[in-house]
Amino acid sequence: MKKLKKLVSIVVASAMVLAMAGCGASDAGNTAGGDTFKIGGIGPTTGAAAIYGMAVQNAAQLAVEEINAAGGVNGYQLELNFQDDEHDAEKSVNAYNNLKDWGAQIILGSVTSAPCIAVVEKTKEDNMFQITPSGTAVECVQYDNAFRVCFSDPTQGVIAAQYIKEKALGTKIAIIYDSSDTYSTGIYEAFAGEAANQSLEIVSTEAFTADSNKDFSVQLQKAKDAGADLVFLPIYYSESALILSQAAQMAYAPTFFSVDGMDGILSVDNFDASLAEGSIFLSPFTSTVNAKAETFSAAYEAKFGEIPNQFAADSYDAVYIIKQALEAKNATPDMTVSDLCEALKSAMVEINFSGTTGDSITWSADGEPTKAPIAIKIVNGEYTVL
Amino acid sequence: MSFITYLINGISLGSIYALIALGYTMVYGIAKMLNFAHGDVIMVGAFTVYTLCSILGLPPVVGVLIAVAFCTALGMGIEKMAYKPLRKASSPLAVLITAIGVSYLLQNLALLIFGANTKSFTSVISMEPIKLADGQISISGETIVTIIVCILIIIGLMLFINKTKMGQAMLAVAEDKGAAQLMGINVDGTIALTFAIGSALAAVAGVLLCSAYPSLTPYTGSMPGIKAFVAAVFGGIGSIPGAFIGGILLGIIEIFGKAYISSQLSDAIVFAVLIIVLLVKPTGLLGKNIQEKV
Amino acid sequence: MEKKNKLQFSKTFKSNCITYGIVIVAFLIVQILLSAGLVSNLLKGLLVPLCSYAILAVSLNLTVGILGELSLGHAGFMCVGAFTSAFFSKCFMDTLPTLVRFPLAILVGAVCAGFFGLLIGIPVLRLKGDYLAIVTLAFGEIIKNIINILFIGKDSKGFHFSTTSAIDLNLEEDGQVLIKGAQGITGTPNDSSFIIGIVLLLITLFVVLNLIHSRAGRAIMAIRDNTIAAESVGINITKYKLMAFSISAALAGVAGVLYAHNLSTLIALPKNFGYNQSIMILVFVVLGGIGNIRGSVIAAVVLTLLPELLRGLNDYRMLIYAVVLIAMMLFNWAPKCIEWREKMLHKIKKNKKTTKEAE
Repeated sequence: MKKLKKLVSIVVASAMVLAMAGCGASDAGNTAGGDTFKIGGIGPTTGAAAIYGMAVQNAAQLAVEEINAAGGVNGYQLELNFQDDEHDAEKSVNAYNNLKDWGAQIILGSVTSAPCIAVVEKTKEDNMFQITPSGTAVECVQYDNAFRVCFSDPTQGVIAAQYIKEKALGTKIAIIYDSSDTYSTGIYEAFAGEAANQSLEIVSTEAFTADSNKDFSVQLQKAKDAGADLVFLPIYYSESALILSQAAQMAYAPTFFSVDGMDGILSVDNFDASLAEGSIFLSPFTSTVNAKAETFSAAYEAKFGEIPNQFAADSYDAVYIIKQALEAKNATPDMTVSDLCEALKSAMVEINFSGTTGDSITWSADGEPTKAPIAIKIVNGEYTVL
Repeated sequence: MSFITYLINGISLGSIYALIALGYTMVYGIAKMLNFAHGDVIMVGAFTVYTLCSILGLPPVVGVLIAVAFCTALGMGIEKMAYKPLRKASSPLAVLITAIGVSYLLQNLALLIFGANTKSFTSVISMEPIKLADGQISISGETIVTIIVCILIIIGLMLFINKTKMGQAMLAVAEDKGAAQLMGINVDGTIALTFAIGSALAAVAGVLLCSAYPSLTPYTGSMPGIKAFVAAVFGGIGSIPGAFIGGILLGIIEIFGKAYISSQLSDAIVFAVLIIVLLVKPTGLLGKNIQEKV
Repeated sequence: MEKKNKLQFSKTFKSNCITYGIVIVAFLIVQILLSAGLVSNLLKGLLVPLCSYAILAVSLNLTVGILGELSLGHAGFMCVGAFTSAFFSKCFMDTLPTLVRFPLAILVGAVCAGFFGLLIGIPVLRLKGDYLAIVTLAFGEIIKNIINILFIGKDSKGFHFSTTSAIDLNLEEDGQVLIKGAQGITGTPNDSSFIIGIVLLLITLFVVLNLIHSRAGRAIMAIRDNTIAAESVGINITKYKLMAFSISAALAGVAGVLYAHNLSTLIALPKNFGYNQSIMILVFVVLGGIGNIRGSVIAAVVLTLLPELLRGLNDYRMLIYAVVLIAMMLFNWAPKCIEWREKMLHKIKKNKKTTKEAE
């Protein structure tokens, strides 16, 4: 009995190893000389962060289909292969390696910061061009082959503090952030630093973690007791939605101020928009920010049945940025990965891109975009640009 | 004043843990297995109500009843397909691992059906919050209903177990499966019934969890599930009043930890208190201490 | 009597050799395939994680299979090993050459994790069964939570600590933040390689297998089988329990070192160091056979490769993975399945015999 079990397991294990080795062998010839540009996407499509990865996957798919229908790039079609990384650095590297086997020439991702930092290390080694729609940590684009569409965490924190001071939105500020999340802590730190420079008074700083992100009564109570008239929420909208509803329950109504993570709150299925009334957030995107965004939102909603969030917009733009950069250098799919990377790198600092997340965006060689954040206020259940 | 507010908030959170812990402890007490998929049955219950009430527009009572029926069937189905074949396995760990497989399965099914987007759950409770001390303190309708439901369930379960034949059969199975079988008790049927009751409780817990904290994703159940498991151990796993006390205490500790020690360390505080309690009282607050004999 | 002992010795010796042999042969095959350029990038990238998961599975099997105690906090020890060693490597990145630094990092990771094992083990090992499981789970969560708020920086004045933010470290101009709370450690040198992974796996196997077949190992198994009887023949329960538990923790720390030095970013997420990971390691152990060291290695390899092989299924990947996991558990553990398998094996043997006789 035991023998059979052992035999079965050993056979299964070796078959798997061989299968994987075999995959590589058959795909090895595919890496160059195809007639399509192969874009590899990486992001969490399962697990707790799936909400972000799915948005990126869908929007990238939409952009690729649109571009292909309109004749492709330089006469060549785009091909997208999106791999799941479960919001885990190790799985993200696996996904990248799998995409390499498939013959990816350009990487779109990773969607979340920590996996993105791990992947950029590998794309650097292979000199493959990488553009992350939403990896906000500074290190995500620490090498010259990597660029991003979104703002970096420190940029957002600093801009938020400056904006609050400039518009005199609040005198006593409370912060609620996610101490187990890279994005949230990154913005919080930059905000706290800049708030000191701007002589803003922070009266309460409270945290929560991914493991206890349901009950915010204590954090809100502390903000209320400290007399805060503005609550800064450098977090994503699913938690913001809970915070807003709990604040309403305890009849606490300060100004809620957030960053791009807040975008999407109105498209939470079944969400009571009156709770978010009067909240302000800085974001390069909402579905009504400009004509391009409106067209994109309509197309996205028609295809996937929901209003796109900022992740989707960043991803949609990323594909068009790749297109524009490829066109700027007249690149062809038969170029080697490294040549393509060099061409795209030099194109990125030259192009001037207008998309759903802003007009005339330019990039510096360090991979950071230059674009203006837009302040958005929720008025009558709609995003209104201030 | 803030102390009382925190206390009430702690009880609100704790009542939800208590409700989930009741299902956990029930299954553990009789079937002697940690059902890691319990949290995901909660999620299924919440999604059922969401689909029926928020999308199809049925009245909440109908939605909850259908969800309870659906989860009961689901729980029995899981038990029959995944747990029963392993009941006589040489190690009790086998069924624990299968439960984890079931948990993954339910999460990923929900992800495929409903997508990853957060859903905002409409509370099924339309009770106004009770205001005390000139509106300084308010107790939400969800909290009151949750506590009442908890107490009703505890009374119901105690009556069922102590006064009915089937309940007595459960006790017998919990004590000694072999002997129970010899006494003519249908062991398989009794365990299936336990899962049915546990899953029905999970459906109720899911509805109340999402009414109190109205966000729903395929992973909604997993962390409250683990916390409730901690609560059940805290109170003495297998003990029904223990689960209630454990749940309430856990909620209070979590809120007080956040309020008076550090909001960053709230998880660590909860778990540290658990460790201390177990070191002092190794079988939890109300657990039976069984002396091992040679 | 003497003869019997000799026979037994050679039997375990043979079994151990097979275990080492499988690892070495697997290593050689992969090396040959690598040099022939037949290995896909995906598998290449998975080689180090496979080693580290195999080490984790073997080390947990020491606790679960040999000591007979359920631990749900194994990822916590891995986390300790990963963070301490990555911290060490970051500190001495410029001062020590890799050849000296990495073995030291492994040592640091193992010792720290082992120390934590001892620290947790002393009060906790008097608990039993599911209560021990929940306490280890709690411990793993505490470690994760604390690491997420820990900030450590270094400047000319020495080390600075904080639990709130990097700004509160008050570093000098030349200061460098080494551990950035929830942003973890970035820029750990990529020192892990497949060869090192295999060597560490072999060392782990050597330690565990020798422990099992030593006097201490027999004492540990006696405690597992009957604590009271073991105590009555004068076995020091606490000592042996702690020994097994802290060795198991130290080996998990080694796996953590390997993990941390394979990626340039190290963050304590629920996914990699939370209870989910601990449970995943337990899945390896149970699927491979409780107490079966070789089975642990094979199960770790199979279950790590499985989701990667299923990548072609896209959205259905994790769903199918869950189904396969349940099916494998039922196949391996359900008494009815075992019966059926025995019957099948019997039939095959019978067939062989009849064909032989026919010849």
